[in-house]
Amino acid sequence: MIPANAEWLPAGSAGLVALSLGVAVLATAWPRQAHRIGLLGALAVTAWVLGLSALFLHAGPDPNTAATRIALGGWEAPLGLMLQLDGLSMTLLVLTAVVALATSLYSLGYVHDRIERRQFWPLWLWLWAGLNMLFLSGDAFNLYITLEVVSLAAVALVAFTGTAAAVSGAVRYLLVNILGSLSFLMGVVLLFGEHGVLDLVLLEARTEAGPTERMAAVLMTAGLMLKAALFPLHVWLAPAHGSAPAPVSAVLSGLVVTGSFYLILRLWMGVFAPLTTPAFGILVGLLGVGALIWGSLQALRAGRLKSIVAYSTVAQFGYLLVAFPLMLVDPGAWRVVVFFAVVHALAKASVFLAAGTLQHAAGHDRLAELGAVLRARPRTVFALGLAGVSLMGLPFSGGFIAKYLLLEAGLGTVLAGSLIGVLWVLAIAGGGLLAAAYVLRMVASAFHRGRRDVGEAVSPWMDWVPLGLATVAALAGLAGTLTLNTLALTPGAP
Amino acid sequence: MDGGWLLLAILFSSLGPGIAIFFLPEHRQGLRTALNLGGAGTKLALVGVLLAGVLRGDEYRFSLPLMPGIDLVLAADALSLLFASLSAVLWFVTTVYAIGYLEGSPRRSRFFGFFSLCVSATVGIALSGNLITFLIFYEILTLATWPLVVHRGTPAALRAGRLYLGYTLTSGLVLFTAIVWLTLLAGAEGFTPGGYLEGLAETHAVTLQVLFVLLMVGFGVKAALVPLHSWLPIAMVAPAPVSALLHAVAVVKAGAFGIIRVVNDVYGAELAIELGLTAGLLVIAAVTIIYGSIQALRTDDLKQRLAFSTVSQVSYIILGVALAGPLGVIGGLVHLVHQGITKITLFFCAGNFAETLGIHRISELDGVGRRMPLTMLAFTAGALGMIGLPPLAGFVTKWHLGLGALEAGMPWILGVLVLSSLLNAAYFLPPVIRGWLGERREPWHEPLQGHAGPTRFETHWMLLFPVVFTAALGLLVGLFAGLGLSPLGWVSLIVQRDYSLPGFGL
Repeated sequence: MIPANAEWLPAGSAGLVALSLGVAVLATAWPRQAHRIGLLGALAVTAWVLGLSALFLHAGPDPNTAATRIALGGWEAPLGLMLQLDGLSMTLLVLTAVVALATSLYSLGYVHDRIERRQFWPLWLWLWAGLNMLFLSGDAFNLYITLEVVSLAAVALVAFTGTAAAVSGAVRYLLVNILGSLSFLMGVVLLFGEHGVLDLVLLEARTEAGPTERMAAVLMTAGLMLKAALFPLHVWLAPAHGSAPAPVSAVLSGLVVTGSFYLILRLWMGVFAPLTTPAFGILVGLLGVGALIWGSLQALRAGRLKSIVAYSTVAQFGYLLVAFPLMLVDPGAWRVVVFFAVVHALAKASVFLAAGTLQHAAGHDRLAELGAVLRARPRTVFALGLAGVSLMGLPFSGGFIAKYLLLEAGLGTVLAGSLIGVLWVLAIAGGGLLAAAYVLRMVASAFHRGRRDVGEAVSPWMDWVPLGLATVAALAGLAGTLTLNTLALTPGAP
Repeated sequence: MDGGWLLLAILFSSLGPGIAIFFLPEHRQGLRTALNLGGAGTKLALVGVLLAGVLRGDEYRFSLPLMPGIDLVLAADALSLLFASLSAVLWFVTTVYAIGYLEGSPRRSRFFGFFSLCVSATVGIALSGNLITFLIFYEILTLATWPLVVHRGTPAALRAGRLYLGYTLTSGLVLFTAIVWLTLLAGAEGFTPGGYLEGLAETHAVTLQVLFVLLMVGFGVKAALVPLHSWLPIAMVAPAPVSALLHAVAVVKAGAFGIIRVVNDVYGAELAIELGLTAGLLVIAAVTIIYGSIQALRTDDLKQRLAFSTVSQVSYIILGVALAGPLGVIGGLVHLVHQGITKITLFFCAGNFAETLGIHRISELDGVGRRMPLTMLAFTAGALGMIGLPPLAGFVTKWHLGLGALEAGMPWILGVLVLSSLLNAAYFLPPVIRGWLGERREPWHEPLQGHAGPTRFETHWMLLFPVVFTAALGLLVGLFAGLGLSPLGWVSLIVQRDYSLPGFGL
């Protein structure tokens, strides 16, 4: 028997899509009031997502009851568009809501110019709606569409300040995104041509390890890796994320990149699962080690605060790649990977928001000249440090729990007799030390003796939101069990 | 969850005020002092309640699920109370001292915020009920101490901070890996007197040996075991109350306490002996004791000499634990308290000399006994205690360690003890002799009077009282070692109650 709560889930999911789209459309149609609509919409969407997650958890613990597939307009697959809500989507929806709410509040202070406000809010709301739809999409074509919505909104957001650096960063970002999307689309077309369906569940049932699937897998994965800035396709990330306005950087590094990674994970756990081989896993793992080292070294060399943070994203995503071979040994490890991505998103978004506050106060973000402002703004530095602790994987933060679970999975493969597992363990443990080095680089000058200068005044939102989000990232460790249990409510996943 | 609230309250009695202090504007001095002393006083009272409860035999436990199968566990046994009471008492004293020491200096909110965080982490370590909880508080301690070490913001302080973090974070990762590994093998067990690994001894003997080495590397950096000690003498650039805290209660002791927990409550003394682990630890402890003393002799800087003395003295604790017999364990555990009280006195004295008269080197100490008789008296008491003059605290330690060595059939340890006592005398007596018998030719340089004005006492009362108090405490724990509630009495209780060590008879 289906519990009464579960009956509300389809309506709740469809309602979420409708609500977030509605807010975006409203803000586009009425740009003068966009920031008010945006704030109310942000609160409403967040409340809706939290309510939905409560319903979802209440409908458990049987994964098949809690997870829901909804045919829009009554058209069933393979013809209609499917929405799909399961533990994985739910977790990422909640993450998106938390980060997006924080970013919205921050933007109230950050984007105060009237013209900029009219441009920023509609784009931002479209981006958020796109992410919500991406996480709820259940078929390959729908995924492509939502991915495009997210990408185009993101490109426009990178460019919206109109400075030369922003525009050139945006153009690069646009090219990368078009390339990535095209590659993804070709893969979708190949799959559709072979099997005649787009729905992920139906596709999963029909795929085998054939040449078409291999080609599609390569195209789609390469496209998504490009978008997720996974090593070695990461070169575009630092200029784009580093030059974007702070709230945009936070969303790009926290959510958009995670969205692309979500798709990779979704595809390889479902449709492409038959294609994985141990050798392939090791290759991906080696790429991850490369990302960890290269990204960290770049972060240690970068001269600008936001570049450090951006390179740190490249490094931190290396962990996700390192986890790939671990998943081949212990399939259940995917939940750890998602949890890691979640805590990374929280921490990274708060670091970017804090960096934005410092940049705004100082008028620049050149690390060497930032000392005076850092010394005068202990609250922001504290946020930076607190989120940094989570990036380092030290307690008491979400990053620590994620690191613990990753290390556990890594040692598990070593104990299972895998020699290369030692490399994964070293990478997982040593990466934290590199992270500590670049986080220390960011905050150390706050402790130097010297001049103090508050710099330009910032709004209270910009002062407090980074600290609030960093606190959430630090306390995310307490949500470890809850997140892992939610993720377990994903039918079909190991 | 019996009485778990009490453990949480003890943790939050310093964490809460600490967080509040962070957000306090710099000029709210009165409120900050009230928060500091209120927190320290509350903690002292709560630890007292807990002490009475544990003495009655009540169980205290709090647990919170962190990951599937792994909980954050706070628990109070007699051993954790030994460390918790030590840190509660000494924190109160150090808070008073730090308020006096930092009067009028900038960035006090930041200082006291991290100071409280540091003590919360230490109490968390004391009350940890399993290795993972221990690790969590241990790493928090690492991070919370760094801002205190670099507090002055000078290039030397920042260099010391980098070195400190480099050593402790690296060792922390080694520890992290070892603990995850151990948990994979044996599950997330709580600390159990006598250990919980016997079941694995047959099948995983080599793994357990490797893990022990990794754990010792992890804890050994903070406990300043040679050759992992180099950060400690450099970290003494920190302000005096921080050095006092670092050396007597928080960082160094956390490492030593970790080693005690691993040997006694994870591996268990019998298994550790069986795997040949204690022998190695014993040798390292003996080397550290001698090496630290020799290095202390070679330096003229007073704080640095004290720092090397810590390297040497903390290894008495490790030595006692590694002897793995009841008398040795008593000697080691009791030194946890004795060394803390004595060393904090000495660091306070060094701070007083530096603050009041600008003295940093031993060669400048001539005649200071006439200008600051009480401080010099306290220094003398501390120094003689460290040397091990009966009936002072250090003697009680060395007596039991010596008996423990004989009991374990290792008379060479006696040689180490005698040699180190001679070396202790060689590096502690010169400052004492100079202080009392030396003669000062030129007038004293008085930096403190420059900004704080003349005082009724030989120095600011908030600097003087803590010193006198801890020195007196040091005398009392030695004189009344025979009483039930003295550290020695409590440690004997721990050994009697928790350890079914072979051949126990007092």
